[in-house]
Amino acid sequence: MQDSLKITDLSVQVESKLVVDEISLTVNPGEVHAIMGPNGSGKSSLALALMGHPAYRVVNGQVMMGSSDLLSLKPNERVKKGLFLSFQNPVAVPGVSLGQLAWSSYRSIAGESKVEVRDFYTQLKKQAKSLGLKEEMLNRFVNESFSGGEKKKAEMLLLLNLAPKFVIFDEIDSGLDVDTLKIVAKTINGLVKQRTGVILITHNQKILRYVKPNFVHILKAGKIVRTGGHELASEIEERGYVKI
Amino acid sequence: MSKFSGLNQQTVKDISSYKKEPEWMRKFRLQALEHFEKKLMPTFGGDLTGLDLNKIHYFVKSTDGIKHTWEDVPEEIKRTYDKLGIPKLEQKFLAGVKAQWDSEMVYGSLLKDLEEQGVVFLSMDEGLQKYPDLVKQYFGTIIPIDNNKFASLNSAVWSGGSFIYVPPKVSISLPLQAYFRINAKNIGQFERTLIIADEGSFIHYIEGCSSPVYTTDSLHAGVVEIIVKKGARVRYTTVQNWSKNVYNLVTKRAWVGEDAIMEWVDFNSGSKLTMKYPSAILAGKGAKVNMLALAIAGAGQRQDCGGKAIHLASDTSSTITSKSISHHGGATSYRGLVKIGSGVSRIRSKTVCQALILDNESKSETYPAISAIGPNCEISHEATVSKISEEQIFYLQSRGITEAGAQALIVNGFIKPLVKELPFEYAIELNQLIRLEMEGGI
Repeated sequence: MQDSLKITDLSVQVESKLVVDEISLTVNPGEVHAIMGPNGSGKSSLALALMGHPAYRVVNGQVMMGSSDLLSLKPNERVKKGLFLSFQNPVAVPGVSLGQLAWSSYRSIAGESKVEVRDFYTQLKKQAKSLGLKEEMLNRFVNESFSGGEKKKAEMLLLLNLAPKFVIFDEIDSGLDVDTLKIVAKTINGLVKQRTGVILITHNQKILRYVKPNFVHILKAGKIVRTGGHELASEIEERGYVKI
Repeated sequence: MSKFSGLNQQTVKDISSYKKEPEWMRKFRLQALEHFEKKLMPTFGGDLTGLDLNKIHYFVKSTDGIKHTWEDVPEEIKRTYDKLGIPKLEQKFLAGVKAQWDSEMVYGSLLKDLEEQGVVFLSMDEGLQKYPDLVKQYFGTIIPIDNNKFASLNSAVWSGGSFIYVPPKVSISLPLQAYFRINAKNIGQFERTLIIADEGSFIHYIEGCSSPVYTTDSLHAGVVEIIVKKGARVRYTTVQNWSKNVYNLVTKRAWVGEDAIMEWVDFNSGSKLTMKYPSAILAGKGAKVNMLALAIAGAGQRQDCGGKAIHLASDTSSTITSKSISHHGGATSYRGLVKIGSGVSRIRSKTVCQALILDNESKSETYPAISAIGPNCEISHEATVSKISEEQIFYLQSRGITEAGAQALIVNGFIKPLVKELPFEYAIELNQLIRLEMEGGI
């Protein structure tokens, strides 16, 4: 049996402000959970807390992946367990190329000497191509003067590179043109087919036309106020968040 | 082991007569001593109050003479090279290399083909014995004995260092390498290097310094003078890692003639305090200088480094790129000078200072100075200070990389432009040094 990602009564503070308020959520392998909500509802806070950002302090609750207590682990150790966060707005890292980051990232997870650097780059270039990412991007410094679309594709590349068990996409769809959105959606569907568990954070339902969620959760003021199936997304499209 | 401890006229006379030097050098030393005694300690750059000049040994000889083959080098010295992790391959390289042991050259044998091309590569002491006229013509002309207190001190008590002469149009493709290491308690190293690159020649000289750790404060006050004649090019590379109790106060200056090029590549880590500002006097039309420097300061350390370009002729250019990393409470500063002589024009000068600060306890400062801008001159200075942010570390951690690994990745990216200028074995050594620095920063 494959592990599930189980979030129980999770509360998170930033400084002294409660940004996530007793959220519980179980993601099984191969499931897609869409988390929707207006700006400032705590969607990104949930994502960053799950990854272990030092400014997001967990004040209550538990996050388990199988029998591993993720909250007791450092961010890089959570990655090793199989968690991946695709950032809404990933930070630039001058001096470090995308290819180099992919290689360091891969080696941190897979261990030294498991693969030759040349074979690795052959594989990485293939993945980049499948995402429509130009090969020369691998030599550019991570996220430095990347366009919005390039940043998202770079995040997808780093994700494919690690083949995680659970992925949190924090607004992967924001600022993407429709062609890029389709590529991203196709990649996500491919992951789901391989039984990757997905949390898809979005505040617009466009991506949900291409990626069908099993569950939709509505987040307001740090709380899940409603959970439903795919039809809940359509309801929001018609009525907005205010009436939910 | 003979020692000349303390410093007075007699010490200086003893050094000179022990070395059987010509009278002019004896006078030069004594005159320098007077300047040293008169000159005040520098008031900029760092705290020198911990430096007790009475506790320095001004001359030590460690072996009886200068050895000419690797086999003759004492086992103990070879063992130390091993401990320092110098690769076997590189030890072999030492067969054609000058290595300074304590205050004296213990090893010196010329590569045969260099000899055939008329290149002189000797210890400064040997150079003075064998080429007294050539030495007399240039010694102390680029850095006068009253230039600064520590250059005066070096001029009074110098020992060891390299003497190099490259004949016109001779180009040496392999870098000449020298190792300087401090290996006994309280030994001041006052090495003196003089390089003369005759017209149209090329030479790359590398000094690599690393030294074992010991407990008492120590002083390194070297002087390096370089003459780059018309159309010649000299690259001088330093990779240095003094132990953390050494005061490293070095004066380096090049005179650059018409259409000649001087390149300083300078890496400073270790030491308690380093004050070093490689300079170039651009004296001939079309002369150029490029400086590329990197300084790393950790706990209790200060690296006060920089570069100076003195444009005395038209159509000269200078490029100074200075990078620094401070961590675990270390301090770095850039101290620069770009000076333009009167009546010269079409000068180009570019200074780029980049500081990387790894934590809240560490700091970095910049003191540039630009004086007298003539007609059609392009002078620029840019300084950036960046701090590794929590967001960057977290981002890299969320890609599976450890916190220390994330820091190393950013630091390696920062130093890459310098590392790629180094020969392969030095690049590896440098990367290792930096890794150890980051880990051992306490």
